[in-house]
Amino acid sequence: MEFLVCISKAPDTTTRIAFTEGDTRFNEEGVQFIVNPYDEWYALVRALELVEANGGKVVIASVGGADCDPILRKALAIGAHEAVRIDAKPEDSAQVAAELAHYAKDKNFDAILCGKETIDHNTSAVPAMMAEHLDVPCVALATSLEYEGGKAILKRETASGIEKIAIQGSFVLSAAKGMAEQRIPNMRGIMAARSKPLQIVPALGAAAATTVDRFVLPADKAGVKLIDAENPAELVRLLREEAKVI
Amino acid sequence: MKCIAFIQTKEGKANKASLEAAGLASGLGETVAVVSGHLEGDGGLGAVGVSRILHTAAQLDDSQMARLVSAAVEQESATVVVCAQDHLGKAVAGRIAVRIGAGLIAGVTATPIEGSYTRNVFSGKAMAQLKGTTDKLVVTTTPNAIGLPENTGTAASVEAFAPEIGQRKVEVLEEARPNSGDRAPLPEAELVVSAGRGLKGPENWGIVEDLADVLGATTACSRPVSDIGWRPHHEHVGQTGITIRPNLYIAIGISGAIQHLAGVNSSKVIVVINKDPEAPFFKAADYGIVGDAFEVVPKLTEAFKSL
Repeated sequence: MEFLVCISKAPDTTTRIAFTEGDTRFNEEGVQFIVNPYDEWYALVRALELVEANGGKVVIASVGGADCDPILRKALAIGAHEAVRIDAKPEDSAQVAAELAHYAKDKNFDAILCGKETIDHNTSAVPAMMAEHLDVPCVALATSLEYEGGKAILKRETASGIEKIAIQGSFVLSAAKGMAEQRIPNMRGIMAARSKPLQIVPALGAAAATTVDRFVLPADKAGVKLIDAENPAELVRLLREEAKVI
Repeated sequence: MKCIAFIQTKEGKANKASLEAAGLASGLGETVAVVSGHLEGDGGLGAVGVSRILHTAAQLDDSQMARLVSAAVEQESATVVVCAQDHLGKAVAGRIAVRIGAGLIAGVTATPIEGSYTRNVFSGKAMAQLKGTTDKLVVTTTPNAIGLPENTGTAASVEAFAPEIGQRKVEVLEEARPNSGDRAPLPEAELVVSAGRGLKGPENWGIVEDLADVLGATTACSRPVSDIGWRPHHEHVGQTGITIRPNLYIAIGISGAIQHLAGVNSSKVIVVINKDPEAPFFKAADYGIVGDAFEVVPKLTEAFKSL
């Protein structure tokens, strides 16, 4: 089996968020970047488990500049077999999805796995866009993936619970909690990653379809109002009369 | 500007997240709704400003839905498509954007100002204001972020709609079973009561359930509690679990790690109950009670009961 796992570079969860260039760009100075957690923990690890059980390989792909290479090496250290970096500055979901789909188009991957969203832009848009470019189903918020009798059997979150579905042929999924558990790369993996192939391919030159006017930081909270533990009725009054939420 | 609102129904009615999406669309211009599956009357869509409904009774997969909506865009010469940023929006909105050659602005949290849409980025730690650079635009709305417009008091007309939408490729083996009972699903919930390790064990969740019952709130939990199996995974809110934005979030015995805050920091009002006055969650809270949950929560439940 051959899987493509799409990897995004994301700022570490604990990053202090600041902007530059007139609040139009994220200020990357001093920021620690990581593999987007959902791409790593859920999508990549599940693809590796399936290949370990059935044979095959896991290719990882990212759209970005040379600053993405350490992230791809990290994913190779976890166990991916080959990395591909599509050489373009990522601008928005439309551009990234078009580039990834163009790369994947004639490669016959059994499935393309993405995390449920990136922790920087939180759009959750790339999987569905790729699926449309490739004319295959998109399974959003998938929580499990197995293969039985030549079909992929998936579970996904819906408005009312978990639904079980089957798909014959290739598809794109966005992985949510339940798909797999985080793996920590070991020293052998880290050493092996250095010699695994990291191919840099030229971009198609897809255009972005949205533009950020500016980023805004939320107003500071006024500070917590503490209520005496002996008098919870006061909290009820405040929620009703001051906050007006009940 | 003419809009298409893509609607998800529950028992024949547009669900709340879809009504919010349709309401945003009708504020932009004449809005035609597209509905697949069971629909009763106008499904509540006339009230939020929808004039007409294009309806197909069939149950469709994501690819067919995208074709259906794209056909409606073409038939109506619409330039904006709006749907909710729920599981369906995440599977279909991106497809529609590619099909009609439109930009996608996902998960907006407010009505646009001069074509500029606001959405949360960096897991709620900042907001972005952005525009589409294409002639057409697809917009998805974050559930419980945008209120409903004033009821128009009119009904929408319903027309059968059956464009060519291709073959179904996804086979449903088991329908989803509700996992939150009668309560609102977490992403849509207006009131959420959540608890963490401070509760000491799963047998102590009665006080959380009682408080949620009195409020009609949905219950949630922190990651450690779902990881050790005290509560089901579908209750886990936080960065790795579900992101929520209720009007009121009551956190009991949760310290407030940054990963937890990332999933709940868009809540309009946060109440923290914790016996540790140094718990980081108090910094993100609007109201707090420093005290033992086993004493405070039952008293709070009683206080709500006497409303």
